[in-house]
Amino acid sequence: MNRTALDLWVGFFVAIGLAAVLFLALKVGNLSASSSGETYALQAKFDNIGGLKVRSAVKSSGVVVGRVAHIDYDSANYVAVVSMQMDARYKFPRDTFATINTSGLLGDQFIGFEVGGESEMLKAGESIKKTQSAVVLEKLISQFMFNQASDSKDKK
Amino acid sequence: MTSRLWQLGFASRFFIAIFLYSGTSFRRFQLTLREVFFSGVMSLIIIMVSGLFVGMVLGLQGYDTLQRYGSAEALGILVALSLVRELGPVVAALLFASRAGSAITAEIGLMKATEQLSAMEMMAVNPIARVVAPRFWGGVISMPLLAALFSAMGIFGGYLVGVVLIGVDEGSFWSQMQATVDFREDIVNGIIKSFVFGVIVSWVAVFEGYDAEPTAEGVSGATTRTVVTSSLAILAADFVLTALMFRGV
Repeated sequence: MNRTALDLWVGFFVAIGLAAVLFLALKVGNLSASSSGETYALQAKFDNIGGLKVRSAVKSSGVVVGRVAHIDYDSANYVAVVSMQMDARYKFPRDTFATINTSGLLGDQFIGFEVGGESEMLKAGESIKKTQSAVVLEKLISQFMFNQASDSKDKK
Repeated sequence: MTSRLWQLGFASRFFIAIFLYSGTSFRRFQLTLREVFFSGVMSLIIIMVSGLFVGMVLGLQGYDTLQRYGSAEALGILVALSLVRELGPVVAALLFASRAGSAITAEIGLMKATEQLSAMEMMAVNPIARVVAPRFWGGVISMPLLAALFSAMGIFGGYLVGVVLIGVDEGSFWSQMQATVDFREDIVNGIIKSFVFGVIVSWVAVFEGYDAEPTAEGVSGATTRTVVTSSLAILAADFVLTALMFRGV
């Protein structure tokens, strides 16, 4: 079997095709960021998760430290149970405070960790005790408007 | 109507026959390599240039709409997602059908019209194994690579227009894109799509060629049918695949 110019062209074609896939994976997609290393599971219960989705980020001080793995509904206590896959490099104190935040005014929702002061760390599979639900923008606005209305009534 | 059903049945049997006789195209890989050259390498120019222009148009149109909502930085997301999920596989497959599919049909049809296929059978060479299967696999191998190239060139085109020409912030263009585009959800699904389209286009092309009436009109009609049938099949399959893959979860 001889090497021909045709082989060279096919080789070139396959090489740039694979380079394109690599470009999509590393530069366009999040394959480089997800680092898919060791993880451990944490849980948190929220009264209202708002628009939180599976694969939403878990952030502490703005750094992504984990992802939401799945979201279930606890029908006994009527709360949402969010399971998170945390990066094994990061440990958090047991009194860490989990809140649901929104990036920007209309951006994606994510779970934010406000780190507590306890020396004992959360172990895999444990549940976060202190949580704060998502802020529902409509409720805030309606509260604000009702306050305004009652204020102006008082002035009269 | 009956003849359509007849044709569909024959096409399905033909599809299975390709798989049964594709041993040769892997044992003598040179045969398949030659077809990768003719359908893949020869389509490079059209795929890359149209990818670039589609991306540039997406950049312009996307910017025009997004800046009304003050979110021009999301341009990267818009360009990348629409290319990787939909436009890359679909437009590349449509171009591939008209560039390579029609050529395959014409080639096999002409072989049939000039009785080369019968001559092979006379020499105890199975024409499906020797002629059809390598062309089929050549197309199946080329298609995902071409679609990935299309998407990559399109994103580069979007970058050229959005960042270099208009001046969207480069950092947020790339970082928002990376934060939103998921490797498994978006990129792998796009590759699966282009693979399925590759099977569809190659199958339709080799079948129409093999089934062509062995006359000049027959071959020209078969070539036309290849482009029409595979384009419609691509768009229909795209809807089904999209419905399966992205259910808005």
